[in-house]
Amino acid sequence: MAAGSTYTPIATTTLGSAQASVTFSSISGSYTDLIIVTNTGVASGGGGSIYVQVGNGSVDTGSNYSYTYLQGDGSTAESGRSSNLTAARTMRTTGTTVVANGSLHLMNYSNTTTYKTMLSRGNVASGLVIALVNLWRSTSAINVITMTDESGRNFVTGSTFTLYGIAAA
Amino acid sequence: MLNIIAGTLSSPLVIAPNSYESIATTTLSTTTATITFSSIPSTYTHLQLRIFAKTDRALNRDTINLTFNGTSGGTAYSRHGLYGDGSTVGAEGSQSQPSIFILRASGNSSATNIFGGIIVDILDYTNTNKYKTVRSLGGVDTNGAGEITFYSGSYQATTSISSMTLSPVNGTNFLQYSSFALYGIKGA
Repeated sequence: MAAGSTYTPIATTTLGSAQASVTFSSISGSYTDLIIVTNTGVASGGGGSIYVQVGNGSVDTGSNYSYTYLQGDGSTAESGRSSNLTAARTMRTTGTTVVANGSLHLMNYSNTTTYKTMLSRGNVASGLVIALVNLWRSTSAINVITMTDESGRNFVTGSTFTLYGIAAA
Repeated sequence: MLNIIAGTLSSPLVIAPNSYESIATTTLSTTTATITFSSIPSTYTHLQLRIFAKTDRALNRDTINLTFNGTSGGTAYSRHGLYGDGSTVGAEGSQSQPSIFILRASGNSSATNIFGGIIVDILDYTNTNKYKTVRSLGGVDTNGAGEITFYSGSYQATTSISSMTLSPVNGTNFLQYSSFALYGIKGA
């Protein structure tokens, strides 16, 4: 029997001016999964990933993140991975106007028994598509998330970041 | 707000308010060989299954069988997949199979706390004029190895889907804390 509607918008940030990072904090632990949908560009054009740091109370800046990816750029498919990083590598951003979109799923983000697995996809119509799986090696519940460009560039005005929660029955 | 552009990971669905509902969830308190969702309501347009799972396979990752309406062991399914393991990109496909594959659960050689994540869309599951199409995106990373996958599957039956069953392909059981959550998405 259905338990009622979910996929609840929790917060949305639309940038009124360029800024280097976006943070969602004090996230309720009452959902099962979190989803972040982004539509972004960065100040100097050029492609890059959105780096994500998560934590409980404050984001973890230690070397506790790792990822594996699969991408295609119109001619070549490739896969790569890296371990012991200080941030999760997730969706893509690119362009000086808002032309990259992505989604990030944080699975079972509030449980305190398991490490956290994140699935993400990035789409840049003029460049590439990418899918990634990230691991955050912590059993802490996630209640804060910060997103930055991998090269430290500002996200451009008009970039959007929306956080949703999904609650299982 | 008329619509929320949800951009669901494996499918850029447009989710209207109140259109996405939790149907049932199973979180394991002990090892379990199969998970079945039965008596699935037919009042939705699509289903989404969100999995966070680990099996007892003695490697760092495993695959999950997905079957519908108790139909298994025959030739009613086909599947195709694309995957990357951190160095190699691969693809595979098979017809006339006994199940659809969805990937990846973690296996039991990875750290105790590592679970794989999979999001599965089951499209137009009550339509009696079409075969049923399934698509998934899932992966596991173990801080030293990993795999990210796209898979599609076909259930070659026009019957409405009212139940589904999941089981490990290589392992015997899903392990404690594995979670399987089924959601329904309404049409406009």
